[in-house]
Amino acid sequence: MQPMHQILLKIGPAAFRIASAWRQPLEQLEALYRDYPVPPDDLVDFTVRLEPGKPWRRHIRPSVHIGGDFWLPDAAPLPLSQGLLAGEMGMNLQMALGWRRHLLLHASSVERDGEALVMTGLSGSGKSTLSAMLAQKGWRFMGDEFALLSIDSGDIEPFPRLISLKNQAIGAMEEVASAERFGPEMRGTPKGDIRHLVPPKSAIDRMEEPARPALLLFPRFGHAPALRDMGQSEIFVRLTQASTNYVALGEAGFCALTRFVDQVPARAMDYQSIEQAEELIESLWSERR
Amino acid sequence: MMRDARTLVHALREPASAGALSSSQWTELVSIARAESLIGSLAHRLADINLPDRVRAVLRDAIESHELARRQALWEADCARRALADYPGRIVLMKGTAYVAADLPAGTGRSIGDLDIMVARGDLAVVESALLHAGWEWVKPDPYDDRYYRDHMHELPPLIHRERDRMIDVHHTILPLTARPAPNAQAILDSAVMLDNGLHVMAPADMVLHSVAHLLADGDLAGGLRNLWDINLLVRHFAGADEQFLKRLDSRAQTHGLVREMRRALRLAARLYDLPLSGFSVGQTEFADHLYIRRLLARDGYGRETHKLTRFGFYVRSHWLRMPPLMLARHLWTKWRKGGKSPG
Repeated sequence: MQPMHQILLKIGPAAFRIASAWRQPLEQLEALYRDYPVPPDDLVDFTVRLEPGKPWRRHIRPSVHIGGDFWLPDAAPLPLSQGLLAGEMGMNLQMALGWRRHLLLHASSVERDGEALVMTGLSGSGKSTLSAMLAQKGWRFMGDEFALLSIDSGDIEPFPRLISLKNQAIGAMEEVASAERFGPEMRGTPKGDIRHLVPPKSAIDRMEEPARPALLLFPRFGHAPALRDMGQSEIFVRLTQASTNYVALGEAGFCALTRFVDQVPARAMDYQSIEQAEELIESLWSERR
Repeated sequence: MMRDARTLVHALREPASAGALSSSQWTELVSIARAESLIGSLAHRLADINLPDRVRAVLRDAIESHELARRQALWEADCARRALADYPGRIVLMKGTAYVAADLPAGTGRSIGDLDIMVARGDLAVVESALLHAGWEWVKPDPYDDRYYRDHMHELPPLIHRERDRMIDVHHTILPLTARPAPNAQAILDSAVMLDNGLHVMAPADMVLHSVAHLLADGDLAGGLRNLWDINLLVRHFAGADEQFLKRLDSRAQTHGLVREMRRALRLAARLYDLPLSGFSVGQTEFADHLYIRRLLARDGYGRETHKLTRFGFYVRSHWLRMPPLMLARHLWTKWRKGGKSPG
């Protein structure tokens, strides 16, 4: 068998082994995750495998197949220049298909005053950019991909992975965040242009510190600024769609989600610029509950 | 780095052996167990062992997810029961669903995918139409595949339920019609055991022999460690309740033409899982047994498939077992022109 290289990463409550046929993606991950702790006792929850789809793809036009403990049969390979993205997608895949210790919501989250703002929406809604921007304005970044809803306590636990900036968000963040926090720019990925941003140090230092969810937003970019109330059933159904493991958790998932919908006020928010969104969020935050 | 799945086999056979594993060995063991669909079984086996916290959490997750799989499998079986309420013949649950429905140790922590049932061959049309009426649909609309299933396989083309997204395989015997052994399907149906809800499971010897046929007379041994673990647990359980069980198994294997396969399966289970055979003769170790073991253990500590050549050999063999040479050539030619995969 071909030799593999490997690193271990710990992000929030989850720990990963990333094994790769090439050094490059691991060196990039190591550089970007340099301030993260190592998994206690070197124990992990999941293994991600980055390997050539066909043996000759190791050297000739190398392409990275994303595999691991949990995998999808139809995952398209990425060129080696996007190996970092492959590693990140591999970790997402393990969480989405294998994590059961929280209800996973496809959402970003930030914290202030000990309470969490959760933002969920389709790709392009701006939830990732908003969380990155708010993190520059005094909020603590908790995650831009998955919000981990505790089944027992109802708290949101941080999962502060690298922030995945796409397309216009890259330029916007380059203006406000320091250069050493950025990963390599990857053009023409299946999700457009992508550049990873290391979360602020506070996010990493406090990644074991949960927060009570106080507001849920469904942001939508590109429409005149507006806030809309939503019925609980609409919120519930949209969150079941935004959860990767709602079905897999069975009754525990149902109980956690109904409690979340009962207790956390929610709004749909349309916006056309980050400034508008920040203004709307500030007003909602000050009058919450 | 683990070069094969031996550590998993040891941990299943002798849970205390896992107590001495290092952190990196745990990580590798978990990857191997997940890849072999044995993580749920492993989790139950290690329930009483002192484990590091993170490993304990990983195994608890596995137990919970397999508990959900068990409930879903039973629910799916009940859906089929209701869809076929007017069908007067016997509906026999197979494989994992049967193990959990009959509450057998082999069902504990077992992963269960599709629902597999068996009915009389003459009733296939009635059963198929009742299922289509109740919301199941064909998965493979390809006419060649459809014809192939109906002419040569031991099951209907797979059906999927349009709302629940779950598959059902309706069998009428336990091996493809093109395979060399020809099990007595009627005998299996006649001796099936009824459960409280009216569904049936195979009688003990038939249940073991179905698993044996699936492992050794069909397919390329993918998931073989799990299937052999099933056989090990089934035989231990039935032999514990009936000391004549191995003798009955032997005579039933003759009925189905599966004596060689049954003996090999017991040899492999004794070798890997320490299945006690209490003096029952299963023949001498054959050279080929080593190849089977090499194939069964072909998984490294990253969870990767190893021994590509051995794997390929068993893949070729699986086609050879299924089809006479001329038919195989015709089949591969058709498949090659379509650029598709073979059924099953």
